[in-house]
Amino acid sequence: MSAVASPAPAGTVESAPAPAPNKVEVENLNVWFGKNNAVKNATLAVKPNTVLAVIGPSGCGKSTFLRALNRMHDLVPTARVTGKVLVDGQDLYTREVDPVLLRRRVGMVFQRPNPFPTMSVEENVAAGLVLNGIRGDHHELVERSLRKAALWDEVKDRLNHAATSLSGGQQQRLSIARALAIEPEVLLMDEPASALDPIATAKIEELIHELKEHYTIIIVTHSMQQAARVSDQTAFFYMGELVEMGPTEQIFTNPKERRTEDYVTGKFG
Amino acid sequence: MVGRPEQDETSRAALGDRAYYSVLWVLGALVLVVAGIIVLNLSLVSRPLLAVTSPWAFVAGDNWDPVTQQFGALPFIYGTVVTSVVSIAVAVPVAVGLALFITQFSAPRLAPIFSIPVELLAAIPSVVYGLWGLAVLIPWLRTTVEPFLGRTLGFLPFFRGPPIGFGYLAAGLVLAVMILPTIVSVSVEVMKTTPEAQREAALALGATKWEAVTWSVLPHSRAGIVGACLLGLGRALGETMAVTMLIGNARNISLSLFAPGYSLPAVIANEFAEATDAVHVGALAACGLLLFAVTFILNAAARWLVSAVQRGPARVST
Amino acid sequence: MRTFALRKLTNLAMTGLCAVALVGAFIPLTSVLYLVISKGASGLSWDFFTALPKPVGEAGGGIGNALVGTLYMVGLACLIGLPLGVGAGVFLAERGDGPLGNTVRFMAEVLSGVPSIVIGIVAYAMVVIPMHHFSALAGSVALAIMMIPGLARASEELIRVVPGSLREASLALGVTNWRTSFFVILRTATAGVVTACLLAVARAAGETAPLLFTALNNQYWNFSPVQPTASLTVAIFNYAISPYEDWHAKAWTAALVLLMLVGLLNVASRALTRNRLKGAR
Repeated sequence: MSAVASPAPAGTVESAPAPAPNKVEVENLNVWFGKNNAVKNATLAVKPNTVLAVIGPSGCGKSTFLRALNRMHDLVPTARVTGKVLVDGQDLYTREVDPVLLRRRVGMVFQRPNPFPTMSVEENVAAGLVLNGIRGDHHELVERSLRKAALWDEVKDRLNHAATSLSGGQQQRLSIARALAIEPEVLLMDEPASALDPIATAKIEELIHELKEHYTIIIVTHSMQQAARVSDQTAFFYMGELVEMGPTEQIFTNPKERRTEDYVTGKFG
Repeated sequence: MVGRPEQDETSRAALGDRAYYSVLWVLGALVLVVAGIIVLNLSLVSRPLLAVTSPWAFVAGDNWDPVTQQFGALPFIYGTVVTSVVSIAVAVPVAVGLALFITQFSAPRLAPIFSIPVELLAAIPSVVYGLWGLAVLIPWLRTTVEPFLGRTLGFLPFFRGPPIGFGYLAAGLVLAVMILPTIVSVSVEVMKTTPEAQREAALALGATKWEAVTWSVLPHSRAGIVGACLLGLGRALGETMAVTMLIGNARNISLSLFAPGYSLPAVIANEFAEATDAVHVGALAACGLLLFAVTFILNAAARWLVSAVQRGPARVST
Repeated sequence: MRTFALRKLTNLAMTGLCAVALVGAFIPLTSVLYLVISKGASGLSWDFFTALPKPVGEAGGGIGNALVGTLYMVGLACLIGLPLGVGAGVFLAERGDGPLGNTVRFMAEVLSGVPSIVIGIVAYAMVVIPMHHFSALAGSVALAIMMIPGLARASEELIRVVPGSLREASLALGVTNWRTSFFVILRTATAGVVTACLLAVARAAGETAPLLFTALNNQYWNFSPVQPTASLTVAIFNYAISPYEDWHAKAWTAALVLLMLVGLLNVASRALTRNRLKGAR
C-alpha cells in the first residue's frame, strides 16, 4: 500500500482541488550500522502543517528513522544511509546540501531536555543564532519563540536565570523554544515527553496542536495513546520495516496489517 | 530551498572546521614534539661525556671527580636506589592501609574528609619538606631513632655507624612522606572500582569486614596497587630538593642507612649551575638521561597496570 | 578452622592498623604546617614582602625580588603552558580516538612523571646554551614544559565528562562542528578546566629544581626575561642550607609565604567551580 500522495497529473478531470504538495517525502530509506540494517526501505510522505506520529516497539528503528531526516547519522562513523529524503522536493542526501545548514530548516527536539548549562534561559533560546555567529539583539525573537513554546509567561521574569533552574517540563519547552528560534520549517521530536510527568506531558501535547499551524511535525513516541491524541497520520515500524502508514484514526481502529493490529491492541511491545 | 546554502556560508563553515581541527592536531602532536625535545636535548648535552668515558664506566664507576675528568656515577645511582627503596618500604604499608581505611572502613560520608590531609600533603612543595626535614627529621633521627636502631638492630650492616642524622635514612623517610599521597590517591581510585557485588557477597557469607577486603577488594585491586607503588617509586627516584637537603651529599657508597650519601637528582642540583666544561655538564646531563629513562619505563608500566584494573575483568552478562 | 573470636580480633586489629595509617599521614602534615606557621609568622612584615635581600649579618631585608620573580616566571610559564596544555587536552577529547590520539595520551601520562630537574636540563639546553647566560625565560620554559602533559590529561577528562546530548543539541541547531566544540563543549567544561589550570600553576609555583640552573638567582630586582631572576623557592633553599641562624628564620618566613601562595591558588580553584548563574543547580 502506497502512502505517497501524488499531485494529479495535468489535464485530468478532478472533483477536488489538487492536494498540497508533500512537505517531506521519504523514498526507499535504508540506514545501516555496520552490517545491521536498522531501517529497511522506508517510504512515506508528510503533508505540510500536519503531525506524523511514528510508533513501534523498542528497537524497531523509529528513532533511527527520525534521525535520518536531519542527517544526524552523518556524525556516526559506522552509519550508512541510502535512499532519498526530500523536503520541498529537494533531496537532502545530495552533495549540494550542507548538513549543517539543513538542520536550521529541519529542527530537532530530543528525549531528554538538554539546555546548555552555562547559559541562562534567554541565552539558551538564542543559542542557535548566537552560536552561528549571528549577532544582534535577539530579545524579540526570544520572546516570540518562548511564546510559541507556551513558556513565556512562566519565565518572563527569569530570563537571566540559569536554564537548569527550570523544572523538567519547562526545560523541555525551553528546548522546543530553542529549536523554534532558528525558524525551521519541519520539527522532528524524538519522544519529547517520555522523561516528563503527566502534567508536563499534557502541556507538550497541547503545544504540538498549536505548533502544527505553522510547522510540519514528525514525532516519535512509544505511547500509542499519545500518538492517537496528537497526530494526523501514524506510521508503524516493526524491526526496521515501515509496516503500515495512514490516517491515525484508521491505524488505531481499522489497521490493514496483522502486525499493526497486534501492536495497537497490545499483544506485544 | 531547504539546505541550499549560500556559497559563502558553506565554505566558511568548512573552513572554520578545517582550521580549528588543524590547530588541535598541531597542539596534540606538540606533546610528542616535547617528548622528542627532551630526549634530543638530553642526548646532545651528554655527548661530550662519551669522549672521556664509556657508558659502562659511567654507570659502574664509583669515582666522581670533575677536576680529573673522572665520572663514575655509581654512588649517585646507589643512593637514588637506596633512598627510594627505603621510601617505598615505609610508605607502601601506610598508604595501602590509609587507602583501605578511606574506602572500606570509614563511613562513606567521611571519605572525602579523610582525603583532605592526603591532598594537603601533596600540595606542599619539596623545598618546604626539605626545610622541615632539616629542623625536625634530622635532629629526631640523630638523637632518638638512629641510636635506638643502632642498639637494637646494630648487628645488621644497615644500622651501624655514627648517628649524624643526615643520610640515606633521613632522605628515605622524607621521600616516604612525599610519595604517600601519590600511592594513596591512585590506590583509592583503583579500590573504588571493585564491584560492590563481590564485597557484598563476601559479607553475606558472614565474612568480617577485613575478610571481605581480603577476599574481594585486594585481589581485584592488586595490580592497580602495584601500579600505584610504581608511580610512587618513580616520584621518589626523581625527587630533588628534599633529598639534596637531607642526604648529606657525600660521594661514597655505604651499606649503612645512617651514612651520608648522594643521589642523581642531588648531584645535578648541586653541581650543574657551576659546571663550566662541557664534559662535566655532559656527565650531569647523562645522569638526567638515566633518570628520564628509568622514570619513563616505570610510569609506562604503572599506567598499564592501573588501566588494566580499571578496565576490569570481562563481565558476565546478566 | 579459625575460631570466630580470632577472626573478629584480626578484623579489629587490621581496622586499627588502617586507622593508625591515618595518623601516619596526619602527623607529618600537622608538623610541617605547625612549624612553618609558628617559626615563620614572626618574620612577616611589609618590609619582608617588598625589600631586597641584605647581605649576611645585616638586619632586615626581604624576599621582594624573589616573590616578584616567582610571580613573573610562573606568569610567563602560564602564557606558554596553559594554552598548549589545554589545547592538547581538547585535541585528545575531540579527535583522540585513534593511533595518534592514543600515542599522545600515553606520552602525556608518562611525561607528567618526568623529574622536574631533568626538565631543567632540557630548558638549559634549549634556552641557556644559545643565549649564553641564565635567564627568567629559561626558568619559565622549564615550568611550562612541566605544565603541559598533566594539563592535557586533566583537560581531556574534564571535556569528556560533558554529556554527548549537548553536542547533539548544538549540532541539531545547525551549529558547525568547531563552534560546537569551542562555544558549547569547552564552555561547559570551563569551570573544571580553570580548576585544573590553577592547580597546575600552584605546582609550578612550588618548583625549585628546574630553576636552579635556568633562572639561577639574582640579588636585585629583575623584570627582564633575559636576565637571571630570583624566585621564592630558590630563596628558601639558599636560606635553609646556609649556616646562619637569621637566614634560617628567613627560610621559615619565606616558606610561609610560599605556602600561602600555593594555598590561595588551591582555594581559588575550588571556589571557581561554582556555577555562578542565579538559581543554577
